[in-house]
Amino acid sequence: MGKRVGLFVPCYVNDFYPEAAFSTLEVLESLGFDVVYPENQSCCGQPFLNNGMVYDARKLAERFVDIFADFDFVVAPSSSCIGAVKHRYDGIVKDARYPLLRQRVYELCEFLHDVVGIENLRFQTPFRGRVGLHNSCHALRELGLAAPSELHIPPFSKVRAVLSKIEGLEVVEPSRDECCGFGGTFSIQESAVSAMMGRDRIADHRTNGVDIVAGVDMSCLMHMEGLAKRDGIPVRFVHVAQLMTGRV
Amino acid sequence: MVDHARNAAAFVSDIERTRWHDQALWFVRQKRDRAARSVPEWEKLRESAQKVKSHTLAHLGHYLERFEANARANGIDVRWAADGAALRRIVAEILKEHGAVRVVKSKSMLTEECGLNPHLQSLGIEVTDTDLGERIVQLAGDHPSHIVLPAIHMKKEDVAALFSKHLHTDPGNADAHYLTRAAREHLRQKFLEADAAITGVNFALAEEGGFVVCTNEGNADLGTALPNLHIACMGLEKVIPSAKQLGVFTRLLARSATGQAITTYTSHFMRPKPGGRLVVVIVDNGRSRLLKGRQAGALSCIRCGACMNTCPVYRRSGGHSYGTVVPGPIGSVLAGASDVEKFASLPFACSLCASCDNVCPVRIDLHARLCDEREEAIAVPDYAGKRAGLKMAAFLLRHPKLYEMLMGLARAVLPRLPRGLLYNRFNLWGREREMPIPAKKAFRELYRERRCRRR
Repeated sequence: MGKRVGLFVPCYVNDFYPEAAFSTLEVLESLGFDVVYPENQSCCGQPFLNNGMVYDARKLAERFVDIFADFDFVVAPSSSCIGAVKHRYDGIVKDARYPLLRQRVYELCEFLHDVVGIENLRFQTPFRGRVGLHNSCHALRELGLAAPSELHIPPFSKVRAVLSKIEGLEVVEPSRDECCGFGGTFSIQESAVSAMMGRDRIADHRTNGVDIVAGVDMSCLMHMEGLAKRDGIPVRFVHVAQLMTGRV
Repeated sequence: MVDHARNAAAFVSDIERTRWHDQALWFVRQKRDRAARSVPEWEKLRESAQKVKSHTLAHLGHYLERFEANARANGIDVRWAADGAALRRIVAEILKEHGAVRVVKSKSMLTEECGLNPHLQSLGIEVTDTDLGERIVQLAGDHPSHIVLPAIHMKKEDVAALFSKHLHTDPGNADAHYLTRAAREHLRQKFLEADAAITGVNFALAEEGGFVVCTNEGNADLGTALPNLHIACMGLEKVIPSAKQLGVFTRLLARSATGQAITTYTSHFMRPKPGGRLVVVIVDNGRSRLLKGRQAGALSCIRCGACMNTCPVYRRSGGHSYGTVVPGPIGSVLAGASDVEKFASLPFACSLCASCDNVCPVRIDLHARLCDEREEAIAVPDYAGKRAGLKMAAFLLRHPKLYEMLMGLARAVLPRLPRGLLYNRFNLWGREREMPIPAKKAFRELYRERRCRRR
């Protein structure tokens, strides 16, 4: 029996993007992990942490720790939720199991890169073509999955390294590794600026001639998808896990 | 309350101008990246700067006293101002003692913060801002929208129109060289006539008892060269232990601000000139209160403006949308800490992308500071609705069965609703975007089904 992986599926992914979650499940199972989706899971608490609502964040964070404490690993198709669990529960969660848990919590690409190892990856999918990679802020600047353009550090990208194992896939990145403007409740509170940020990212991707944009956070993609649909721009937005399974 | 979202929406409504503003500042951000990459030890340098600043802030009283004693020993007059009113009074008194009626002032956000210009003008004193950008906004009767590039919200054409009114230039000529020359001639006259010079302070050196002023136009030097009186206004956080640490900051400041290796002029003022008087006014104006609170780290800021240039929100909302003297990420932190009721929207004028953290030369964790401030901001009455909505969401998320039931209902009802009903004025998401469509079956359901099949 392989190691037990607890699958965390962010609430909006569960309802709007089950393909992303299913692909994550399949990728992990194909690598021999015993993947369990605990059905009483809900939210990591990030929206409440981001809005200064510590009481509500704590309640959800405590639930998260309680539900996922006993797995060998916890993996999610989201860098921002994982970022919250890994870096923002300090002083919020008092559960003694948390310090151990935080070390075993991973975003999918991070898990494939750091735990599985890219030499052990090979994805063969019917999908062929060019895909725009959206680097989400929490992946870049909170989890450190790639080098953000502001820092004077050697360039690297764990996401690209993982995607390089997908046969027939060409990955292109936009000119700016800038925020898409989702930002949770920011997207509705600062709707005008948020929308312009998103439209700028979409236009940037379009200059690379891509009609599929993939990323590790469906939340950013959901925002850009909504804008593209409103503007009648024929771009599709998928989670990187879908590129691995070909569920595009 | 300052409503950043509303101000920002007004700015964004002129999409061409906003795009230009965004690109102009992104260009500066890229220059900053190239300049940072020219220094192999850049990230170490930022760490050093952070350490020096946090050490100095931890011993601020000590270093300020050292600075005062050593400056006095150099013949510099040191005065203390508890707040903006005190600064205004002290400066006015000194100018009166000297019978000064024409003052040239180099860039100082502190005097802007303390409302010095309008006060002196009300006393019949002519104050001329000599930094080109500041002179432009002064002539326009406006305020700086950026701390390093005060007139970045104005295009060349706007400046041409403005100068034609005040400096009698050709309104049809928006050539930058032409306009700069006109400003230069105009300012030369002001420098020649000045009775006193006012400058800011970038770095005060405790050990040496002197201070450093950084400009690109040499206007601080020109201003202080002729008059016998020089008043330097300094926020009390500007002190560093000694000249030994100065290089860390001068290397970081201009690179972070504009992508230059160093400011064109880095002027050291160590003592009054022969026969002249040099006064340093050390201003608190809320800083010592800030030092005691959870946002104390924000006092490390060296006012380079890099966080503004990199901020995707600032670039698309303009400095004036913040309603503060210092706008952008650092301005939002400072404003939120000083008056949460008035500035409650500013901590939310941020997508938490954290790009500002990465460019900050003194490594202030700006996005985390803003996130912290949201704790107080969400509690103001204006956000009662938002708070209630989030409370309800949190309740549902703690009860996944109930949540699932409601989502099941949404799945059934939403696709049947007429568009007009769905995209109503309460649907803030739908203002700019289409809503995501709930999948036919949630992942939870698909997972359950698969497990049943496998049994």
